[in-house]
Amino acid sequence: MSAKKLCCALLLLAGMNQVFAGDTPDSLVAGYVAEASATTPGFTVSGQRGKSFFLKEWGVSDKMPTCNACHGKNLKIEGKHVVTDKIIKPMDPSVNPERFSSSTKVEKWFKRNCKEVAGRECTPAEKADFIQFITHGG
Amino acid sequence: MNFLVALMLMVGCELAQAEVTIPPEPTNKKWKEECASCHMAFPPKFMSAKAWQRLMLGLEHHFGTNAALDPDDNKEILDFLQSNATEGTEFFALNHRISGTRYFKNNHSKVPNEAWTIELVKSRANCTACHIAAEKGNWKPVLDDSFFTGHLKY
Repeated sequence: MSAKKLCCALLLLAGMNQVFAGDTPDSLVAGYVAEASATTPGFTVSGQRGKSFFLKEWGVSDKMPTCNACHGKNLKIEGKHVVTDKIIKPMDPSVNPERFSSSTKVEKWFKRNCKEVAGRECTPAEKADFIQFITHGG
Repeated sequence: MNFLVALMLMVGCELAQAEVTIPPEPTNKKWKEECASCHMAFPPKFMSAKAWQRLMLGLEHHFGTNAALDPDDNKEILDFLQSNATEGTEFFALNHRISGTRYFKNNHSKVPNEAWTIELVKSRANCTACHIAAEKGNWKPVLDDSFFTGHLKY
């Protein structure tokens, strides 16, 4: 391979990296599990706990008492924001591959939505369980 | 003679077209990405630097939702908004809304109150309901007063 071709290939790879942030639902879960294990030795992820979390009535926000208030209960179809009417793309990555593909985006939305619905930031354990439930059921 | 008239018309058209050419609006990738993920990325020119600062300081409570950004992104977007803002008290609103500015109110004084809540419009934040090409920088409204009057009869 010539130096020029190599450069092109490297540039292409760098470009792809921008499009796909390189994260997958499972790699994100693994990251959060590692974080949770640091404070809770022996932590194992649970889709079932994630489901309870998703449906839990937090009693913090009148309009957004639960995650599913906006995201709906069918994860394969669009949700609708109860305040703004904004259409929210499906949560399930099998129908919306963009979902859980960038840790930056995932962190941004956990930060916003956890504070709004739960009244506090979510723990790494909760984040792991949440993504586990959305992608593998609970 | 006919040829001359045609030529003059053509030149006239060219000139007319040149007159309505819209200069490109200032843009910023992060501004577009973050703001437009929930609503139209409202152009910086519709508020003053001070108004944008107040708005961007309160993103955790952004008209009923949490739109918090990380500090670096917040700064980059605020810088962009402020450097392209329009100064003057008519571009400032205490309620943080573009629709609260005198500039907005003066330019929408003929829109009947009921028009803002019909299904097609929903809210004053939904610019593109009437200004269909707004996102391309063309703010000419396609729905004029007569449309609203006709529509609201039903």
